[in-house]
Amino acid sequence: MIEIRGLCKYYGSVKAIDGLDLTVKSGEIFGLLGPNGAGKTTTVRILTTLSRPTAGKVFINGFEVTRQAMQVKKEIGVVPQHFNLDLELSAWENLELHGRLHKIPSKVRSKRIEELLDFVELGDRAHSPVEHFSGGMKRRLMIARALMHNPKILFLDEPTVGLDPQVRRRLWDLIRNLNRRGITILLTTHYIEEAEILCHRVGILDRGRLIALGTPEELKAKVGRFVVEVRDGDETKYRVFGDRDQALRFAATLADDVVIRESNLEDVFIELTGHRVGGSDA
Amino acid sequence: MRDTYTIIWRELLLLRKKLLRFFASSLVSPLLFLTAFGWGLGRSIQFGGTSYLEFVVPGILAMSAMNSSYNATGMSLNISRLYFKTLEEFLVAPISTWSLTLGNVLGGCLRGLLSSVVILVLAHLYGACLHCDLWFFVALFLTCFLFSALGLVAAMVINSHEDMARFSTFVILPMSFLCGTFFQVDRFPPVVAKIVQVLPLTHSAISLRMIALEAGFPLVSLLVLAAYAVFFFWLGYWVTLRVE
Ligand SMILES: Nc1ncnc2c1ncn2[C@@H]1O[C@H](COP(=O)(O)OP(=O)(O)OP(=O)(O)O)[C@@H](O)[C@H]1O
Ligand SMILES: [Mg+2]
Repeated sequence: MIEIRGLCKYYGSVKAIDGLDLTVKSGEIFGLLGPNGAGKTTTVRILTTLSRPTAGKVFINGFEVTRQAMQVKKEIGVVPQHFNLDLELSAWENLELHGRLHKIPSKVRSKRIEELLDFVELGDRAHSPVEHFSGGMKRRLMIARALMHNPKILFLDEPTVGLDPQVRRRLWDLIRNLNRRGITILLTTHYIEEAEILCHRVGILDRGRLIALGTPEELKAKVGRFVVEVRDGDETKYRVFGDRDQALRFAATLADDVVIRESNLEDVFIELTGHRVGGSDA
Repeated sequence: MRDTYTIIWRELLLLRKKLLRFFASSLVSPLLFLTAFGWGLGRSIQFGGTSYLEFVVPGILAMSAMNSSYNATGMSLNISRLYFKTLEEFLVAPISTWSLTLGNVLGGCLRGLLSSVVILVLAHLYGACLHCDLWFFVALFLTCFLFSALGLVAAMVINSHEDMARFSTFVILPMSFLCGTFFQVDRFPPVVAKIVQVLPLTHSAISLRMIALEAGFPLVSLLVLAAYAVFFFWLGYWVTLRVE
């Protein structure tokens, strides 16, 4: 379980996180959603002991992240936003380093490395240098690495950024599989459909504040189930309605170029933040 | 201790992969200095009873021990922190900051010692007869350790590669030439000599030279080196604890 209480992180005058309260339950896949600069990475870095909060408290399975960092580190696995593998080492050696850092006995370690490399389908590349891996392979290796020490909570910061659709789907399956094995997952994303498909609950972060929290269904219900898209010159305008009739009536008052459809998380997002999600292909 | 070893294990793994490159790059400048100052000048000049070659080799050794340990830790850690972000892998691991600091410092120290040993061998080939006892290696170890720790401090607090290079130009490079490496410090005007005598490399050069030429036991200089080593290590611990 992750408990965040009144968390703030300031960089000078920039309020990267501004009073965040949030609880992530054990066993769920929680998605932290938000545009560029919303504070997702900053949040993850604080939860994973890499950065210290300006104010507020965070508990990971009951351990406080600043005072009990050592216990926290044993509970969690971290897959950061950027690739931070040792490029000069092979896939195997990267995992071995991680295993050694977590003091996994060498017999168990080798077995675990083999298992995990198979699990992320990199078994045949075990001994090639990571330097030549593709983005998807690196991401999978980073996930394998984060799983080496059997963490109870896994943090994934934008795990599918820059991956092609097939690879993304495979990663989603992988994440669901891990969750079925009992691992709590907190992931950040600015791909709306990713959150919608994958997450049990999502929180929307904007300028360091949590502006919405709930299951994707709840959030969609809250802003309205139906959307009318209106072409207005070069711009598309959106209006959200609670039921179909309202939407139809509104559409009837307009002349041309209207589309009525069911709302999705992206509409929730735009409705709440007033701007589109970052990422050109979101 | 085990965690410290893990960090050194990685260092050894990397070293083994690029051993040739490592030696090639760390040996070029000492070789040039040996050739120019030692061989070119050294054979003809006598210097207080010994040949200049024998005088200058401990200085060159001190200088290159400093350079290679400082660079090994400073450059690789700075890049790992700012560019490859591989430092994070160590920061999220359940290891103590002490082990992390010690592992990093010893890793760079090891590289410094390795290249020093090769230079010693080369110097003998050039015809310098040096007395290398245990204390000689103690002085060498302290030198490598303290400059590796200084490299760590720089790597953790300096936030760009350019500033890293600048720090090296303003701090490491002047020391290379001024700290009694190529000539005795007492040749300077008294004020300059006083300043230079505070710098750690001066004491590395003095220690190594006195032991190598059997000119007495450099107790004070060794103590100064040890003090610097402890201080930089502690500073390194302190900045590692705060790095984000
Ligand atoms: N080390 C830092 N120094 C100063 N400001 C920072 C630092 N790290 C983050 N910030 C600022 O904090 C805010 C939140 O950044 P953060 O990286 O958490 O956003 P994000 O939601 O992860 O965005 P993205 O989708 O682009 O990854 C931004 O305004 C950023 O400029
Ligand atoms: Mg981010």
